[in-house]
Amino acid sequence: MSENYNISSSPHIRSKVTTSNIMLMVIIALLPATAFGVYNFKLSALLVVVITTASAVLTEYIYQKLMHKKVTISDYSAALTGLLLALNLPANAPWWMCILGSVFAILVVKQVFGGLGQNFMNPALGARCFLLISFTGRMTTFVYDGVSGATPLALLKAGESVDVLDMFVGNIAGTIGETSVIAILIGAIFLVVMGVISIRIPVTYILSFTIFVIVFGGHGLDVNYVAAHLCGGGLMLGAWFMATDYVTSPITKSGQIVYGICLGALTGLFRIFGGSAEGVSYAIIFSNLLVPLIEKVTLPKPFGKGGEK
Amino acid sequence: MALLTFKGGIHPNDGKSLAKDKAIKAILPTGNLVYPLSQHIGAPATPAVAVGDKVLVGQKIAEAGGFVSAPIYASVSGTVKAIEPHFNPTGSKVNCIVIENDGEYKEVEYAPVKPFAELTKEEILGLIGDAGVVGMGGAGFPTKVKLSPKEPDKIDYIIANCAECEPYITADYRRMLENPEELVSGMKVVLSLFDNAKGIFGVEDNKPDAIEKLRELTKDEPRMEVMALKTKYPQGAERQLIYATTGRAINSTMLPADAGCVVDNVETLIAIHNAVIGGRPLTSRIVTVSGDGVNEPGNFKVLLGMNQKEVVEAAGGLKGEPEKVISGGPMMGFAMFTLDTPITKTSSSILCLTKDEVAEHEPSACINCGRCVDACPSRIIPSRLADYAERFNEEAFVKWEGMECVECGSCSFVCPAKRHLKQSIGSMKKIVLANRRKK
Repeated sequence: MSENYNISSSPHIRSKVTTSNIMLMVIIALLPATAFGVYNFKLSALLVVVITTASAVLTEYIYQKLMHKKVTISDYSAALTGLLLALNLPANAPWWMCILGSVFAILVVKQVFGGLGQNFMNPALGARCFLLISFTGRMTTFVYDGVSGATPLALLKAGESVDVLDMFVGNIAGTIGETSVIAILIGAIFLVVMGVISIRIPVTYILSFTIFVIVFGGHGLDVNYVAAHLCGGGLMLGAWFMATDYVTSPITKSGQIVYGICLGALTGLFRIFGGSAEGVSYAIIFSNLLVPLIEKVTLPKPFGKGGEK
Repeated sequence: MALLTFKGGIHPNDGKSLAKDKAIKAILPTGNLVYPLSQHIGAPATPAVAVGDKVLVGQKIAEAGGFVSAPIYASVSGTVKAIEPHFNPTGSKVNCIVIENDGEYKEVEYAPVKPFAELTKEEILGLIGDAGVVGMGGAGFPTKVKLSPKEPDKIDYIIANCAECEPYITADYRRMLENPEELVSGMKVVLSLFDNAKGIFGVEDNKPDAIEKLRELTKDEPRMEVMALKTKYPQGAERQLIYATTGRAINSTMLPADAGCVVDNVETLIAIHNAVIGGRPLTSRIVTVSGDGVNEPGNFKVLLGMNQKEVVEAAGGLKGEPEKVISGGPMMGFAMFTLDTPITKTSSSILCLTKDEVAEHEPSACINCGRCVDACPSRIIPSRLADYAERFNEEAFVKWEGMECVECGSCSFVCPAKRHLKQSIGSMKKIVLANRRKK
């Protein structure tokens, strides 16, 4: 009797943005930092990146096959997790550690909790912290230019002086993706310009951390000291690429500001008063746990009910 | 000065270039005409004719079925063939009066028109109600009821909704260019009902020629103002329009009148003019036929009750086989499984799309990106509300302000996971309202 055209509830048009092209854009944004890491740490870094990324994707594929679930590796989220984890590992990490980390990230942190969108903790960082606790020695031994040495952040903590310019460019020891502030910022600017991330979380994170360091760092307004803290360790990589992870950050705008402040304060606390020189990873996964609470207290008032109009 | 607008909203591809320069063309039906007894909010109209009766153009064929209801008039002359259920554009089967068109268009003898200056407010309202005027933008709320608030003296603004923010539709735009005098006259009629009110025409700034035309026509009208609004969807949503033009914000528990506002769209104001100044009932409207699935997109003056298939034929017919046919705009319109439905008082457009963007993607997991939050003009959290809705968690849904949703669809549009957010939230709203009625 009739033509049987498609019917569905409105709206009948959709934007072009999809989950997979968002993930792909983040991967592209990580390429400058990845490339610099490979340039900096040579072949061993490349191997870590390839093994970690491949095993993350493979873990997701095998798990979903075994569980008879829809395979979702084409959304690039597993690849992104793998790449982020690799950038958080030292270039001399052994192959089995790369695989173990990826399996932990995908299986334990992501899939067991329900897969994409359901994890309460950033999978890459969850895995990094797991490895850090389990294999502290291997995770904190950094080889740079053929010699193993302390990171600038560790030197800073020990009260020694560091070259901030080298830290900004990335000619220092550290994990594969965290050393070059320039490379990270190039990717970050790309993400902001493309509208993938907002500056709310990273900027409040970095600002509140800066204030914390000035107030509690014991060096006051020592520009060199503050700059070294900002360029050192995983702060930039964490602030722009991991604190901004959609799934594990608050969805409310004011919540994102609160979250950024929590991150800044915790990172400062861990770095300055903690036992280790670094604190970004723990600050982020700890703040991840606060997200539901933060969202609850920062629910916006709706239009017409006294809220932002 | 910054353009008037609201926070949130989206910028979809507007598709208006397809039909915006096509002048309104009057078309006549050949087949039977079908008049749903329920093409407005409120009680269905009750038939005033019987099968076999001869009717004339402008003859009342159904009486208002209550206070919130509206009468229906024949748009052709001919014979009543049946009173039976037919599909209406929204997909439900409703009782309709079917009239066989004799093609002669013999008119009834209209009552003589009383000069406007001599009409009392009650007479004006009576004329509007009796002409069957309802909100023609899509909601179909009987206009007489809307124009009879409890305290007419507290109405400060009459807002003409000239935003036309739905993509593709250009019917109101053509009206503003071709019949601006009637629009302004309709506004004058409404202003005469509210002594303290000011008339505002809110037009999106993608229609500069319409803004200019209205400004020219209203330059000597101290009670009228034309306001340019930012082009953004849903600028023409009632709450967003009121906020943009007056700075007043209403929520789901309020009516525009509670904020001293009355909003009527272009087509409705012209119908008011026709009823009060012209003495003619509502028997036709402007319909945009557009989309990449029709050969000659355009704007047509269509007699109510005309079969939509015939209207599409007037636009050069279908280009191939469309995947989706929509009554109304692509953001809030209704997908129709068949074109075999009549044009009603609220049919602003027929949209034929060769590609169904909704069917292209399977919904996937929410990644919590917050795009829906940024887009939501009601400042609520669509992704969470859809979760609550899908789990029938009424308590959380209401607590997280799900009832404030205006169902504009901006959230579903922007969602990268392609979730049917608006659909879930809209369904849950209906459930909550139904449960409230039960109590």
